[in-house]
Amino acid sequence: MTGWQGQLIKIDDYRWQIPQSYKLGMKVPGLIYASEAMLKSIREEQTLEQVANVAFLPGIVGYSFAMPDIHWGYGFPIGGVAAMDIENGVISPGGVGYDINCGVRLLRTNLHEAEVRPKIKQLINELFVNVPSGLGSEGKIKVSRKEMEQLMVEGARWAVRHGLGSEEDLDVTEGGGCIKGANPGKISDKAVKRGMPQAGTLGSGNHFLEVQVVKEIFEPNIASVMGITEIGQVLVLIHTGSRGFGHQVCTDHLRVMEEAASRYGIKLPDRQLACAPIGSQEGKDYLAAMACAANYAWNNRQCIAHWARESFSKVFGKNPEELGMRQVYDVCHNIAKIEEHTIGGRQLKLCVHRKGATRAFPAGHKGVPERYKETGQPVLIPGDMGRCSFIAVGTQKAMEETFGSTCHGAGRALSRGAAKRSLRGRDVMRELEERGITIKAGSIPSLAEEASQAYKDVTQVIDIVHEAGISKKVAMAVPLGVIKG
Amino acid sequence: MKITCYQARKMDKAFKIIDHTADVGVIAFGADVKQLFSNAALALFSLITDTESIAEKLQRDLKINSDGRDNLLVEWLNELIYLFDAEQTLFNRFEIESLSHKQLKATCYGEKFDPSRHKIKTGVKAATYHMLKVDKNNDGYMAQVIFDV
Repeated sequence: MTGWQGQLIKIDDYRWQIPQSYKLGMKVPGLIYASEAMLKSIREEQTLEQVANVAFLPGIVGYSFAMPDIHWGYGFPIGGVAAMDIENGVISPGGVGYDINCGVRLLRTNLHEAEVRPKIKQLINELFVNVPSGLGSEGKIKVSRKEMEQLMVEGARWAVRHGLGSEEDLDVTEGGGCIKGANPGKISDKAVKRGMPQAGTLGSGNHFLEVQVVKEIFEPNIASVMGITEIGQVLVLIHTGSRGFGHQVCTDHLRVMEEAASRYGIKLPDRQLACAPIGSQEGKDYLAAMACAANYAWNNRQCIAHWARESFSKVFGKNPEELGMRQVYDVCHNIAKIEEHTIGGRQLKLCVHRKGATRAFPAGHKGVPERYKETGQPVLIPGDMGRCSFIAVGTQKAMEETFGSTCHGAGRALSRGAAKRSLRGRDVMRELEERGITIKAGSIPSLAEEASQAYKDVTQVIDIVHEAGISKKVAMAVPLGVIKG
Repeated sequence: MKITCYQARKMDKAFKIIDHTADVGVIAFGADVKQLFSNAALALFSLITDTESIAEKLQRDLKINSDGRDNLLVEWLNELIYLFDAEQTLFNRFEIESLSHKQLKATCYGEKFDPSRHKIKTGVKAATYHMLKVDKNNDGYMAQVIFDV
């Protein structure tokens, strides 16, 4: 397959436009955040065609956006943002993704690298045992069907109510760790059966739990509000989503939406873009089911954060309070949110699809927790397991330009197959160990798929969103130890 | 897209594994549509584990309904993914008893996942409609399916 040959108009060093005239049927232009160098690799696949296809969807406003970590997805690109007017727009399960509310949670600690490095092997082993992967193993929490339904409605609060975490964790979780309107009645029996054994599990693929060390602080004042005050400070980053439950919800509703789209006379350039009007029964049903899966994912990260705190406690002989293991923030990067935005002076209610994109609200926005009122909402950008991750904050410019959205990670550069052909899991593990990164994984061969070489450099990704002004870099951390399912 | 040949169970080209950036796909072959569906299912389980390690200890009858052959293929594969995820069952033989554009009836043979004998290679989570293709040529049928992992 040849690369994408379409027309791109350069706006500045970080912004490129796919004109609306590129394809008949586009309702808005495409806007890509990337450097010229990154565009070269982006053009190798049909990703930008997907950006143009998303622009066909009814009710889309502004642009069909692509963040610099964009890569080829199904229907929607991964790293895409599309906002639809709730009056005449659509909701699309493909614009959320299979892993509904895949996201990232960050904890800070009082510990320093010098205290953790000598015990890192013990710590990683303890985490590996204490945080269930759920892949060929049962979870640690056993939920009855009734509890599963409560969990779907309550989100992270369900775990807090069961002693896994605190009220303060909820305050610094996007949306308080719960989307309202979750209706378990819109969830299939299959989804419930897939979800029950996997509640509170990490999963596989690109999901991980990482012990990190702060390497650079770009904005000391903002970082200190997050509790990040010195180089060498140890952090914990958790990346996971809604597991088989979210996938089943997506699969179930894609089927419904495909039929609905043709019934509502919506012409789609790609069947994975299947959608229905936001106000239609199918649209409402999906939103109610999506909320269940989003809440399930928040509960997952809440449970895992608690077990991470327990593991640290055991290894360092102090309780989590003494270790200062407070949550910095928790963001989702596969979600659709009903939000208010101002366009041309008009206040509009929009359904913002962020698929592989993170919310990035500015200081003072009502959706930002009290603690971050002056700094802007924390944005957590995980890199690959060999390089680094970033902490940033949302900006007013993001609010004006991208409906308060930014990038979500590094983005893949090599396919899983290509990574496996060129690398061996065991070599990847040894190379990481040589660099002082301890790793424990459920499947060693799969490590090759997640090696640094398989990903774009997250530093380039963050530099673009920083330079373009849609987020502000705050700190950078490197891995010390990683567990993978 | 680069294609890697993968021969399974000594059959001549039962399926191939293909690359897709963030995920993985298969191209299954079959002399007829029944064999095509059976090989697509085998390809799926070869992504999950070593299919040679699966013993025939249980059987499961499945009936899948859909509104067309392509959708039927995706739904058949999604049903098998569901059975692995929810009931931890692995299959490696599929007898397709009847198959029309709207309905499939099959008996699947396999066993419960046993971590001491089965190594999970990839956690496959969904069969997608992305780049879904079912074609017929002189040699028979082929189907391309991309899985979300």
